[in-house]
Amino acid sequence: MHRIRERIYKVLFTLLAFASLLFLVGITVTLFIEGLPVFKEVGFFDFVLGKSWYPTYEPPDFGILPLILGSLWVTAGAVLFCVPIGVGSALFINELAGKRLKAVLKPIIEILAGIPSIVYGFFGMVVIAPFIQRLLNLPVGLTAFTGSLMLGIMATPTVCSISEDALSFVPRSFREASLAVGANRWQTLTRVVFPASASGISTSIILGMSRAVGETMTVLMVTGGAAVIPHTLFQPVRPMTSTIAAEMGEAVMGSTHYHSLFAIGLILFFIILVFNVIAELITRRFRKKLGLGR
Amino acid sequence: MGFGLLFLCISTAVFFLGSIIYFITIKGFKIISWDFITQVPREAMTAGGVAPAIVGTFYLTMGAILFSLPLGVACAIYLTEYSPKSFVINIIRMSINNLAGVPSVVFGLFGLAIFVKLFGFGVSILAGCLTLGILVLPQIISASQEALLAVPQSYREASLALGATHWQTIRSTVLPAALPGILTGVILSIGRVAGETAPILFTAATFYNRGFPKSIFSEVMALPYHIYALMAEGTHPQEQTQIAYGCALILLALVLAISAAAIIIRQKYRKAYEQ
Repeated sequence: MHRIRERIYKVLFTLLAFASLLFLVGITVTLFIEGLPVFKEVGFFDFVLGKSWYPTYEPPDFGILPLILGSLWVTAGAVLFCVPIGVGSALFINELAGKRLKAVLKPIIEILAGIPSIVYGFFGMVVIAPFIQRLLNLPVGLTAFTGSLMLGIMATPTVCSISEDALSFVPRSFREASLAVGANRWQTLTRVVFPASASGISTSIILGMSRAVGETMTVLMVTGGAAVIPHTLFQPVRPMTSTIAAEMGEAVMGSTHYHSLFAIGLILFFIILVFNVIAELITRRFRKKLGLGR
Repeated sequence: MGFGLLFLCISTAVFFLGSIIYFITIKGFKIISWDFITQVPREAMTAGGVAPAIVGTFYLTMGAILFSLPLGVACAIYLTEYSPKSFVINIIRMSINNLAGVPSVVFGLFGLAIFVKLFGFGVSILAGCLTLGILVLPQIISASQEALLAVPQSYREASLALGATHWQTIRSTVLPAALPGILTGVILSIGRVAGETAPILFTAATFYNRGFPKSIFSEVMALPYHIYALMAEGTHPQEQTQIAYGCALILLALVLAISAAAIIIRQKYRKAYEQ
């Protein structure tokens, strides 16, 4: 009796596990099925390196280079903002904040990491964009810079929280040894603690970058949406994610436009894959270096 | 000097995040009232309340969690308790991690192709729930897996040594010990689902419903999408922005409260564990 029940549970869990894996595999398969045709219809290089994106013109142009560059510029700007601020904040929380302050700041930062992206997009649109427009005397406030700033603010709690985790993994003995040989706190921090956790911190940066590349609503609302190759940070761009979000509603099912939006999704999928593989490799090295198991 | 720089960093972060919350709270408070929360929109979205959007967000979130919770926890149980430790399982674990990072708009594409078109659910609550459910599935699996792995091996051995079967051990020993961890992960995903916009753009959401949704096959209003639509569509930008402030405040309060709850649970559990 027991044996049968055990068998039943095992089969049940196996089935449920494979059902969820099936869905997750399904995403990849769907992206390939719906995205690959565009490489045949337009050609891989014309698609990825094409300089103009006019999907609804006659004849249409399906070159996503402006979109890729849009994503790149916005992400790069965001990283320039969130990495120093996020890592700096993590160092502050870990090293300078007293036990009490740390116990308050750490969970607050984590809670802030959950603010929905639509809120950032909305705030960027009604407050930051008009401010930037007036401050820099631009024709429009909805620019790559505005997007970078909002994404940077958004990714800061993520970068900070994961960096702080990495810093707190550094064994106490490292610090004590450094202080014992006469280094002061700042020297200990910059030459011992920081290098020891550097790979953990780089993981946090990569995760912050994946968040910035994949973010949709914020960039859709604040970057202005012009599908042109950007020359400065202060002009409107149209990143890949917002192109999908803005155009999927109108794309006719089965058309080249429809397929090309899936192909953009496929490319995003691979970008994230590369980021994650790098993060995984770094994490492994980090664990080995500090002699941590798992 | 150096330490001053670090202080500057955290002040900047706190300043920006704080001002977002401050602005939205101040502006949102002006418009929020009992009617705003309980009434349907009137006069071409320029007056009245946003009750259908609140209800819609509730339906979508609950539906998504009801779908992904059993699947995700079962998958985690299988991966940690039943499956043999092998190369293949390692690959599966890595792909689940990867999917957790895939942009939410890509999940929206999947939902559109599979649930809306292939399964023929149309733009509906059902399609939206399934899409959002799959979006948080990787997160629920990883969180549950982590919680299960944190249960000391000695618990399992003790239970098995007392003559409990494999399933009895899982049900009465492993799951109760892992429950707070699993719960934290699930609550955090509830917060994430409630705030997601991109996946429901073309699978579930609509700008305007006359009233509340009638069945799981109807389109639905949702708070995050409503904010976007108020800013992107319609003809009365001024009034609409005010309503959007109200929606943003409700959403922000909702999501922050949910994640705060999750983190408080984890904090308590950590303390209990350390003692």
